[in-house]
Amino acid sequence: MSVLYIVLPLAFVLAAAGVGAFLWAVRKGQYDDLDTPPYRAMFDDED
Amino acid sequence: MTTLASQPAADTPDTVPMVDHDCAHCGLPVPSGLVVADQREQFCCQGCTSVYEVIHGCGLDAYYRLRDQSDEASKPARPTDSERLSAFDSEKFHELYVTTRDDGNRAVDLMLEGVHCAACVWLIEKLPRVVPGVIEARLSMRESTVRVLWDPTQVDLSKIAKALGSLGYPPHPARGARSAIHLAEQRTMMIRMGVAGAIAGNTMLLAFALYAGLFGGMEREFTQLFRWSSALLGVLSLAWPGRVFFQGAWAAILTRSPHLDVPIALAIGVGGIAGLINVVLARGEIYFDSLTVLVFLLLVGRFIQYRQQRRADDSVGLLFSLTPTNCRRVVTSGDNESIEQVPIEAAEVGDVLEVHAGELMPTDGVVEEGCASVIASLLTGESRPVPVEVGDGVCAGAQLSASTIRLRVSAVGDDTRVGRLMELVQRGVADKPAIVALTDRIAGWFVVAVTTIALAVFAFWSLIDLNAAVDHTVALLIIACPCALGLATPLTLAVAIGRSARNDILIKSGSVFDRLARPGRLLIDKTGTMTRGAMRVEGWFGDESIRALVVGAERHATHPIARAIVAHVVLEESSAHLSEAIIAVRVDSRGVTALTPRGLLQIGSRRYIEEAGGVLTKEYEAQTEAWGGQACTTVFVALDARLVAAIAVGDALHPDTKRSIAQLVQYGWDVQMLTGDEQGVARQVAGAVGLDTSMIRSGVTPEQKLAAAKHRDDDRAVVMVGDGVNDAAALAAADVGVSVSGGAEPSMAAADVYLARPGLTGLVELVTRARHCRGVIYQTLALSLTYNAFAIGLAAMGLVTPLVAAVLMPLSSAAVLALAMRGQYLTGPEKTMDREGAR
Repeated sequence: MSVLYIVLPLAFVLAAAGVGAFLWAVRKGQYDDLDTPPYRAMFDDED
Repeated sequence: MTTLASQPAADTPDTVPMVDHDCAHCGLPVPSGLVVADQREQFCCQGCTSVYEVIHGCGLDAYYRLRDQSDEASKPARPTDSERLSAFDSEKFHELYVTTRDDGNRAVDLMLEGVHCAACVWLIEKLPRVVPGVIEARLSMRESTVRVLWDPTQVDLSKIAKALGSLGYPPHPARGARSAIHLAEQRTMMIRMGVAGAIAGNTMLLAFALYAGLFGGMEREFTQLFRWSSALLGVLSLAWPGRVFFQGAWAAILTRSPHLDVPIALAIGVGGIAGLINVVLARGEIYFDSLTVLVFLLLVGRFIQYRQQRRADDSVGLLFSLTPTNCRRVVTSGDNESIEQVPIEAAEVGDVLEVHAGELMPTDGVVEEGCASVIASLLTGESRPVPVEVGDGVCAGAQLSASTIRLRVSAVGDDTRVGRLMELVQRGVADKPAIVALTDRIAGWFVVAVTTIALAVFAFWSLIDLNAAVDHTVALLIIACPCALGLATPLTLAVAIGRSARNDILIKSGSVFDRLARPGRLLIDKTGTMTRGAMRVEGWFGDESIRALVVGAERHATHPIARAIVAHVVLEESSAHLSEAIIAVRVDSRGVTALTPRGLLQIGSRRYIEEAGGVLTKEYEAQTEAWGGQACTTVFVALDARLVAAIAVGDALHPDTKRSIAQLVQYGWDVQMLTGDEQGVARQVAGAVGLDTSMIRSGVTPEQKLAAAKHRDDDRAVVMVGDGVNDAAALAAADVGVSVSGGAEPSMAAADVYLARPGLTGLVELVTRARHCRGVIYQTLALSLTYNAFAIGLAAMGLVTPLVAAVLMPLSSAAVLALAMRGQYLTGPEKTMDREGAR
């Protein structure tokens, strides 16, 4: 069970990385517009 | 004017459209006169032809496919006049709206008219293919705003703007759109919510392990590891996203005003500290799972409410973009005179500006050339046009009703009369009495009650066991956290704001519902609020076949009544060329006499016709009287001295005004009418809507309106409803300011609510919704307080463990949420009102 001493901090590091990515995305303005992206999903790529 | 521009060319015969051909662009039937043989695509007008050519020419036909897929009503907008857009290249415009990137490319935010579905997003974002030199175009549906990035060495902004216009989306500089501050605010809230969510999730995982260990047994070493980890996450959650609650509570304590943040901060603060101590001492219970989830849920609730409020605020802000931003400056160099389009901000005192019929005065000024009449109803409340001649002063914001004038600028910006009124507005906002929200009032009592009970419980248990006393008191304080309360109110309000917005009622703050739930004093402006605010034809009695003849004659008159008649017939017949030839015409102040192929036509007042030998029959007498009751003026038409028709013209009441006011009176509101108009008109209107003459005040100045809105007899709310600049200060000072459709920019900015549909039905709906909303809030309050009482009882008996708390707390929140979301659909009489209002 002592593997927990490695796995638990590792899990925290992963979670922190996720939160970090989220902060980066918000600060880059990726979540500023929450209304248009659902519409963009409808378009086919034709070029 | 778009309606006229989109009509068939003037020389097309007015025939019944054939159903076989639908316009390839807009889908409307094509008039047979415009059908081109042997062509697959047919068009109803030149506008559609050119939009189609642009779209087709750039290989963007997929637009039509996308549009047909989307279930929204598709109605592509029409192209706009391109003259206005040339101002987009002026230096002042760039200074005001354009940002230059480091790489030399430029960016601008443009608000577009006519954006309504997914196909629009697709088409607009293909702008780089339509205009070479455009690097990127990103559309935000919510704001109808496109951010265009372009290379200034390759293309001018006016060219881009014209391309957007020719696609059917007339662009405007996005003034008053979402500001950087609001964007930063939204990002902060989102970060808080996201971080709180991540922490809550991870803490829950640890909690599962701990609960499993509780039943299955776990080595003490690992229990401590999990407890320390939970504590770490819990403290992080309280210190980072949860900090807002402590800040809010501290601010409330400093200002000595009750606030829901106080009991929340108390619960999570005590829980956090006690949990931390227990972790360090390796004894007792920890509650970090409940605490982190609580912080997360509360932040979600607040974020949703914030989004709904901002949505309404943004929509109102964007309407500002539609007000004119340009003016025509006359530039004289030597003998040459030219006219350039410049942004209003570029106009300076002493400049000469040209203003065309139908436009608003860009600045205060003195008429230099031309004579015309101006309608200053938004400024003064006076609904009738006022004639102006050379040397007369005009105010910014007044509308020119006919012909073209030149204006020497006498004041700009804040120095104009409108600008000075805006100062009053700002002072009004500052003076506004703060109203403590219902939940915050309850929170005040809640804190007192919970702390008293906590002390009692502590005192009781300390007689038995001091450790147990601490544990039970902490458990009590945590489980007594009014989280259901804190979640239910914002969501109830968010749902109400969202539903109102769908019914064209834009609400900038949830507290509006609080203030409208109890009846108070209602001050209503007349012009534009109870009435339509412009001269219009309200009825036509008698011979309809002479319409074309009447238009032919009235075209020569500039009187507003004549213009209203022409506009009415042209609009109704949907044809710009509907007027019969007139041989000769004489216009004077009382009427028009015209020699026509069908005889001598006379149009004018009753006296004008009677002097010419016309006789009013009984039916005409009755009709005139009926129209008089609706505050309309009747104009008569005689052909060869024989009365053939009567036309009602007036600033008529909205058809629903009387019923709406009756409904509000029935709810218990004191309805008063305030107007800048003269007494005669005011009395007529009051009579027509069933208001007592003691409840009207005429000839009121903006300052008097402000005083009326500030005046308080008792603690009942004062609600002001208006549309004009002259109402703006009063709107800001009243407990609730309601600005109505078609209103002036300052009044929209000052008001708490904007009714985007004309008339007062929106107000009735708003009040009804407020009462309903209060009902829902009371229900949620009752439920969550019952839950809290039950939970406090359990805690006092020492029966609450972290597991019990972890189950009970979300359960109560879910129950309260279900209650808040349910039953927000209005039923019964209000619903009927909705439908009839829409008709």
